[in-house]
Amino acid sequence: MECNKVLCQECHKNEANIQIIKSEDGKQTEEFLCEQCARQREELDFTFEPQFSLHKLFASMLNQGILESRESMLASKKQCPECGLSFAQFSQVGRLGCSGCFEAFEDSLKPLLRRIHASSGHTGKIPVRTQRRVKYKIELEQLKEELQQKIQNEEFEEAAVLRDKIKAMERDLEKNLPEDNTDQDNTGPDDSEEGDQN
Amino acid sequence: MKQVQYSLSRWMEGGGPEAEIVISSRVRAARNIKNHPFSCLASGQDNEIVMGKIKAAISGREEFSNFTCLPMDDISDLEKQALVEKHLISPFLARESSFGALLLRQDEAVSIMVNEEDHLRIQSLLSGLRLEEAWQEAEHYDDLLESELEYVFDERYGYLTACPTNVGTGLRASVMLHLPALIMTGQINRFLGALSQVGLTVRGLYGEGTEIVGNLVQVSNQVTLGHTEEEIISNLGSLIGQIIEQEQNARQVMLDKKRAELADKAWRALGLLKYAQILSSQEAIEMLSDLRLGYDLGLINEIDHKLLNELLVLIRPGCLQLLAGRELENSERNLERSVQVKEVLERSRKGNN
Repeated sequence: MECNKVLCQECHKNEANIQIIKSEDGKQTEEFLCEQCARQREELDFTFEPQFSLHKLFASMLNQGILESRESMLASKKQCPECGLSFAQFSQVGRLGCSGCFEAFEDSLKPLLRRIHASSGHTGKIPVRTQRRVKYKIELEQLKEELQQKIQNEEFEEAAVLRDKIKAMERDLEKNLPEDNTDQDNTGPDDSEEGDQN
Repeated sequence: MKQVQYSLSRWMEGGGPEAEIVISSRVRAARNIKNHPFSCLASGQDNEIVMGKIKAAISGREEFSNFTCLPMDDISDLEKQALVEKHLISPFLARESSFGALLLRQDEAVSIMVNEEDHLRIQSLLSGLRLEEAWQEAEHYDDLLESELEYVFDERYGYLTACPTNVGTGLRASVMLHLPALIMTGQINRFLGALSQVGLTVRGLYGEGTEIVGNLVQVSNQVTLGHTEEEIISNLGSLIGQIIEQEQNARQVMLDKKRAELADKAWRALGLLKYAQILSSQEAIEMLSDLRLGYDLGLINEIDHKLLNELLVLIRPGCLQLLAGRELENSERNLERSVQVKEVLERSRKGNN
């Protein structure tokens, strides 16, 4: 027989143009299917619902109790003091109400963010106007981690030096680097901030 | 008053690296302004204030003089639909936003959504594989806006956004790929699982939760926190590079084995687009894929990427009705589509001669 056509192993009618190689527990199985039969297979579904599945993923993360804190969060009826969003509302809509929510729900958000992004720390762009302060804070955070390391390694002399440096930096941050960094730069007439004249 | 005209976006001109597989590259950054609740859960009043602040930030600035502001409340549903189809706004902005607006640069390569889920969604859309350039373009406007508006930023979590999936860089980079060979041979399935494992999302042409049609696939990053913008873009870029290579290999195999069949398919597609009297969007999009493959394999002339891109947008219901200047029933649309497609093909043939 010179016929190269392989018939679909499911319907035995159409030409098989899709080969499925599955490997389970180290064993490989081969299957030849036509496109129609392949489409019936769930594992080969041609449709995608990434956003939906992301939301579902969240909901399941929040709802299946992967986050142990969820129960206590819901029980405490925790609300964001700034926008009034409750934790229960957040876990329903999957959306936060304002920047204050991040602090209010931090205990639950932290593991959630780690799960979504496999990381809990920002390393990308920093807005120009907060750059100086943020960089200072990041450096401070790094020093604090270093301090913990030193203490764990019982390198107390070096730890003491670090501790003093951290204290000095924290004082600095309170006094010399005010919240709104733009005041310092005085790069020009910045009164348009309110935008009322326009 | 009609505000949205049917027009060509810059990406439709075509060109750029890997244009025979990558149709377009898109990058968007999500930003929120300090001391205001995020748009999606805020009251209309809050969003109106945010809108005012953003308007004030750009008014009189030279860099924004070639932008048009289109408030969602002022434009028709048809116009909104056309903007969604051209990927200039999201379905959310079109349907659910309050005091939502689009700031659109004249060449339609940069669009800034106001009061989408977040206060600002700054987006750049270019043809070919040009993610770096798209990010530079978006970042330029990000910096301009940031010089006037104070963003919500946290040193640990980066740019704070309404949805936790955007926190960090707020960056979503995506490319639109034409993968006929990988899809026809079923090889695409090998990639799909692998892509999600490395933090990428795959979806169809029309975005969230849509099926793959016309062999068009969108691939984008899922992770926004813990990587820099450049890392996100280069990670995506290098994976796209691998998909491109596989698609090229698969195309070469097809070309070696079935050259005549592929040429026949492409010319038939052109014939159908030229002479059909009733053309559904599904059929049109499939024919455009056959035609594009034939062109990219050098099996058919008479057309080019610009024409293919224009047709790809024009056949969609919103754009089609906008071009026709009125609302049309489904059956009327299929008639109108064949007329418009014919006209564009005719026009380009004359232009070439």
